[in-house]
Amino acid sequence: MLSRRIFLKNGAFAFVSLGFAPSFLARTAFAQGRLGTTTRAKQLIAIFQRGAVDGLSVVVPHGEGEYYRARPSIAIPRPNAGDGAAIDLDGFFGFNPRLQPLKALWDRRELAIVHACGSPDSTRSHFDAQDYMESGTPGVKSTSDGWLNRYLQARKVEAATPFRAVSLTSQLPRMLQGVAPALAVNQIGQFGIRAGQASDMVGASFEAEYAAAADHMLNGTGREAFDAIKMLKVADPSKYQPDNGADYPRSPFGQALKQIAQLTKSNVGLEVAFADVGGWDTHVNQGAGQGQLAGRLDDFSRSIAALVADLGDRMGDTVVLTMSEFGRAVNENGNRGTDHGHGNAMMVMGGGVRGGHVYGKWPGLSVDRRYDGRDLAVTTDFRDVFGEIVVRHLGVNDARSIFPGYAVSPAKFPGLFA
Amino acid sequence: MQSPQSPVVRAAIAAALVLAGTGWFGRSPAGAAAAAFSNDDKTILHVLNRIGFGPRPGDVERVKALGLQRYIDEQLRPERIADPNMPARLGALATLGLSNREIADTYELPQLQARQAHKKDAAQAGDNAPAARDNVDKGRMPDPLQQKANRVVVELSDQKILRAVYSERQLQEVLTDFWFNHFNVDARKGPDRFMLTEYEREVIRPRVLGKFHDLLEADAKSPAMLFYLDNWMSADPNGPHKQPMAAPRVGRGRFGGLMFPPAARPNAQGKNAPKGLNENYGRELMELHTLGVDGGYTQKDVTEVARAFTGWTIQNPRLGGGFRFEPRIHDEGQKIVLGHVIKAGGGERDGEQVLDILAKHPSTARFIATKLVRRFVSDTPPPTLVDRAAARFRETDGDLREVMRTILTSPEFFAPEAYRAKVKTPFEFVASALRATGADIQDATPLVREMQQLGQPLYMCQPPTGYKDTADAWVNTGALVNRMNFSLLLASNKVPRVTVADPSTVNTILGDDVSETTRSTIAKATSAPQMAALTLGAPEFQRR
Repeated sequence: MLSRRIFLKNGAFAFVSLGFAPSFLARTAFAQGRLGTTTRAKQLIAIFQRGAVDGLSVVVPHGEGEYYRARPSIAIPRPNAGDGAAIDLDGFFGFNPRLQPLKALWDRRELAIVHACGSPDSTRSHFDAQDYMESGTPGVKSTSDGWLNRYLQARKVEAATPFRAVSLTSQLPRMLQGVAPALAVNQIGQFGIRAGQASDMVGASFEAEYAAAADHMLNGTGREAFDAIKMLKVADPSKYQPDNGADYPRSPFGQALKQIAQLTKSNVGLEVAFADVGGWDTHVNQGAGQGQLAGRLDDFSRSIAALVADLGDRMGDTVVLTMSEFGRAVNENGNRGTDHGHGNAMMVMGGGVRGGHVYGKWPGLSVDRRYDGRDLAVTTDFRDVFGEIVVRHLGVNDARSIFPGYAVSPAKFPGLFA
Repeated sequence: MQSPQSPVVRAAIAAALVLAGTGWFGRSPAGAAAAAFSNDDKTILHVLNRIGFGPRPGDVERVKALGLQRYIDEQLRPERIADPNMPARLGALATLGLSNREIADTYELPQLQARQAHKKDAAQAGDNAPAARDNVDKGRMPDPLQQKANRVVVELSDQKILRAVYSERQLQEVLTDFWFNHFNVDARKGPDRFMLTEYEREVIRPRVLGKFHDLLEADAKSPAMLFYLDNWMSADPNGPHKQPMAAPRVGRGRFGGLMFPPAARPNAQGKNAPKGLNENYGRELMELHTLGVDGGYTQKDVTEVARAFTGWTIQNPRLGGGFRFEPRIHDEGQKIVLGHVIKAGGGERDGEQVLDILAKHPSTARFIATKLVRRFVSDTPPPTLVDRAAARFRETDGDLREVMRTILTSPEFFAPEAYRAKVKTPFEFVASALRATGADIQDATPLVREMQQLGQPLYMCQPPTGYKDTADAWVNTGALVNRMNFSLLLASNKVPRVTVADPSTVNTILGDDVSETTRSTIAKATSAPQMAALTLGAPEFQRR
């Protein structure tokens, strides 16, 4: 009864008309609050920019002359300097012009930036730095699980569904690997038993086998798998109608975010979602207001803007977090590109975020203030950003098990949430 | 969260109930030190599922004729087992026999040259030229040189599947999988993708039933591990020291500038060069390779071990060079490791002394014994068997053949609790499905792709921990659905260039030991491929 009304109301998936509602959905309906209240579970959407985006040309320190001295051919021009100029944010920092779609969020104070943020580890290897950012244990390679998975472990949910943690990737990212269940699914409409015309019959046969298994572990997981299949079978992303005129790019990233919105609005218990986007390793011909980096940022910002618009007032319960393994060197290189660096900019968006502000201590770009004399220094450990989100947004009391070996403390939080 | 024990125990009880009346596994594990072998089908199936990648049609009968005891003895001596089919199966894979140097010459060098030429072009061209490639990055056009280079890891992966399915030396292949995973190296880390062929062939496979110390030392000196855990760049922070070269350098002629520059930092990638000690290898050597995380070492020991290994480097990693000791970056001071004094001035011997200390340490015997028992017996290793295996390790100076013999002939191995106690990893699942169906693999590469889909991309496990060997890592919603779909693809001959001639053979594999529902569901299938798929995808087949 309860679930029926919720599904009719939200209507993204037509279970009810099929006379079917998976067992876990009823539980979810309870978990998501009573009818008539607006209480919903908090949600985190984590976005990984793989390849090390150049934070200095995404959130541009246009107030610092050193930026322009270090980048004679690829700097983003100061605001109001004509085509391709930075969009001023606070008189010192400005957006890359291709982040225009996110400017409204900044103006509504729903988008915050943490600059000069990153890892205490010195590695400039993509491989190791992504590993550390995902494991949440910089410098320690043997950590077997990811920090988002440890979050799922730390905050157990009685009514957890197979969709509590979903990655819109073909493989589960390191960040979500671990003993807590998490689902990697590239195309939600294609999740299921694939046997052509016999799919339903074969699926029912497999379901019967697992339902009868005395094996507790396989029995339980099998049941959840078939519940999930039935639910997703009717989810056709090509037929999905976004709300509020949200216009997702047709890029893989745009489509991934669209599916996250689709899952969110179907109330299947999605709490943690993950997507990644590549193309940031701009060693050669990075470009400025136009060019390679600008093209990637265009897809990036239009996709996120569409997601935010589509989720509408659900953004009040949602945080969108962007990250990238490290920043890029302050000086441009001999190929009008940038080499691997250190500190970077993260973005945190959502209704509960105290936005319209660039957080973190700005270390400056003069050579003596740089890390190793070449890179933006790190003044905020990325675990302080993750930690604040986990504690103040997702509501974990004790984050120690999520960031082992690190003293997570409100004293070090950037202050992203009230 | 489920407790690790209950489902296993329950499954074992269920299995035991199914078996009640057959007389199988009736003995108490607390009985004799070595089990007397019963030669019934169930016991044989159990053994084939544990010391190999599962039964092929006809295997049970073959082992029965040979005798189980003799089969196990044979498997412990792989060098004496004829393996007549492997040369033909592996014949098309040209890179398998190549050295790191040969692979680098053929695959790495053209890429380096192209990249240099490209950088030059790009510097001259306008803003429209594409960026330099980066293998971590995504979303670029395929590059023919890169695709050619990718063949190296693909062929190595093909080989792994083909050996698991067709080699008669099944235990050797299971152990090669185990020890590679123990000393894991990810192919995606820089030039490691060109080093794993030699690494598995020369370091791992020949030593899986040898002395642990030999394996450990060969591993410590392998370019693959030296690169993966960064020891090749680890240097005395007070160096470089002005000392004569340890050995005359082998000039390459090409790319001379990449070689070790005189009196400069170690052979590093410029911007990525650390200025001193790198503890990665020192830490993982103790935590993952020998003592185990609770093995009784401190952070001080980690630093001391890292100091001992400074100077253990690679001749020229991008060009397929081998192990080299470089005295100029070695820390010559005294080290104290786990209470043992390593005197100053030991040079290359410092690292070897550390390996001696670690290989002999009782924590190592226990850690290795526990991991092997977990792999071969149960996710919850019976302490009595771990004790005996660890004792055997110590009294034989780490003779892995004897440790394996202790495990494979133990009552715990044959106990009812052990039967189907293990959930197959995706690799074990795929290999066992191919064996059960008697599949003919004309090309294993489509199966390599399936392994990615199934969540265990071969040679691409990122952390040095290797893939987990317990059920919790592999039983989840998406994984189960993927396994059912793989079963459907395989049974209906939809995996390209993999042929299952007669899918009905698979039905002999699970025997009678399935639930009534599974039996009747399979019986109701409308075609032989469906029947086979419902067998391979059944809960019973996910365990071994």
